[in-house]
Amino acid sequence: MRRYEMICVGAGPAGLAAAIEAARNGVQVLVYDENDRPGGQLFKQIHKFFGSQEHRAKERGFNIGNSFLAEAKELGVEVSLNSVVLGIYENGAMNVMIGDRIEQIKAQKILVATGASENMIPFPGWTLPGVIGAGAAQTMANIHGIRPGNDILMVGSGNVGVIVSYQMMQAGCRVAAVIDAAPEIGGYAVHAAKIARVGVPFMMSHTIKKAHGKDRVEGATVIRVDDSWQPIAGTEKRFEVDTICIAVGLNPMTQLLRMASCKTAFVPALGGRLPAHDKNQETSVKGVYVAGDVSGIEEASTAVIEGRIAGLAIAHSLGYLDEPSFLEQRTQQYASMQGLRSGSHGERRGKAKEYLNAVMKGTMNAL
Amino acid sequence: MRIEEHPILGTFEKGSPVQFIFDGQTMQGFEGEPIAIALRSNGVLIHRYTSRRDEPRGMFCAIGRCTDCIMVVDGQPNIRTCVEPLKAGMLVETQRGKGPEPGI
Amino acid sequence: MPSESSKTGFLTEEDLKDSPGIPTAARRQKGPVAVIECLEDIPCNPCESSCNVGAIVVGEDITNLPHLDGEKCVACQTCVYICPGQAIFMVDESLAHGRATVMMPYEYRPLPEEGDDVTAFDRAGLELGDAKVVAVRQTKKMDQTATVTIEVPRDWSMRARAIRLKVD
Repeated sequence: MRRYEMICVGAGPAGLAAAIEAARNGVQVLVYDENDRPGGQLFKQIHKFFGSQEHRAKERGFNIGNSFLAEAKELGVEVSLNSVVLGIYENGAMNVMIGDRIEQIKAQKILVATGASENMIPFPGWTLPGVIGAGAAQTMANIHGIRPGNDILMVGSGNVGVIVSYQMMQAGCRVAAVIDAAPEIGGYAVHAAKIARVGVPFMMSHTIKKAHGKDRVEGATVIRVDDSWQPIAGTEKRFEVDTICIAVGLNPMTQLLRMASCKTAFVPALGGRLPAHDKNQETSVKGVYVAGDVSGIEEASTAVIEGRIAGLAIAHSLGYLDEPSFLEQRTQQYASMQGLRSGSHGERRGKAKEYLNAVMKGTMNAL
Repeated sequence: MRIEEHPILGTFEKGSPVQFIFDGQTMQGFEGEPIAIALRSNGVLIHRYTSRRDEPRGMFCAIGRCTDCIMVVDGQPNIRTCVEPLKAGMLVETQRGKGPEPGI
Repeated sequence: MPSESSKTGFLTEEDLKDSPGIPTAARRQKGPVAVIECLEDIPCNPCESSCNVGAIVVGEDITNLPHLDGEKCVACQTCVYICPGQAIFMVDESLAHGRATVMMPYEYRPLPEEGDDVTAFDRAGLELGDAKVVAVRQTKKMDQTATVTIEVPRDWSMRARAIRLKVD
């Protein structure tokens, strides 16, 4: 059985940042990723990031991703692709499926950075070809260079919905409208403004009633909802579209953590049921850490910082980093994080994270 | 359907152009790209029909998680075409229900 | 988000009226100047860090709204292509004959060319009318965000914020 000091499950921004930080301090790191390429969602992000210089603001996601990969390579971080971690057992034992074979492996420290998957809403016609997740639209356009369709209805006005709408237009598609059952746009104002000024209408308090078509999407009917989310008869509006893009939220992929018996808490503000963790990103299972969207839906920039904190904590825990240096660097990372978890969007997330820390500490009850 | 020049990403690096067969029809794609992408570039969106109600299904997640895109490839059923790389001469068929018995 | 923009997706001139990022009419009539249409407390400050003359101030708390000192602005256009939200424009109301120019960040292709006729739109995506492209700029430093400048009637200067190329 192969043994490693640290194993990251997931080579997205959180996993890579953690691996880099740990490796920089001398830790032997292996990163598993189930995909055929690393980077998680980062390489699909073709827009310039917000934040400040330390958060790599004004750089495009995929460029940041490439620099992480180069840095990881330089530090000797091992990345194993097409590798599906099947389970995390006691005492750091793990099973991973690589191609056709299943390997048993042991890790002193495990970082789970598996990210999140997309939510879905059922509606008549939801199974028709042409109904796709927003992430799928990004994958098709930004990774594979193909338009998902020609005329798109975007369901969901959070940041994913408005950013992907813009990216669809950059890919040469038409976006017929962005709808959301909520009364207010969920994403950043500037993302909404970019598409509003080129004629994409926003329809708040609307949900999708039906996707039309025999073998594929040929149209969509939306309907207004009242304050209790109930559809209002007679308010239907039909769009002639060939693609319906669903951007109704992300759900952390916590299966491995629940299997490892990590304590969880229900935190709607961060996407659902999350692993409780302390300020070192360590869960209730000693030696198992979390970072990025799996521990709460935020952004790439916060995922990177959480990854760094976990990487530092692991390096310290393994004896590679002395306590004063560790605490100093951790403080720096939290200062950087504070900048991002402020403002009306960020503050809400920051408070939810503090709740998660408190659940871990036992000072708050988990829902 | 293919993006010729992307405003941010420029041109997309693709493998060599190859031919493959979809339900008896010869089609063009690029070696190494997901089969589903090659199909979509040829206007094919239906990947399979469900067992009980014979309803059409196509790509949904595009990252190999939801299995809506599975097809029979070179005789093997349940191949996730959104992640399976295209090879020259591949035989791709619409999967009906569970498709044929998987071979070893 | 202020006003109706949280439902419509766009800001109105009323929303922007007292914004710290909007230069005065007097300054706009003196020559080209940045116009920062950013009203949300997102943690973000590349506009401040990219301005070489210190005309934009966000401050220690990066959720602060950017404050523009019109007198310091030398219209170098860096902030226009740097802003990750594409919320910064450049406006020049000093032209003769009641004309003005509006420069906007542009990330679509094909790029228009100098001399092209385009249709100008306002923040709500409503058509204002025809406009002529007087400048297009794209350099490596701009990292794929080009800038397109159109000439418009002066009363469009604080309204025209998007263009659509005319299809033959």
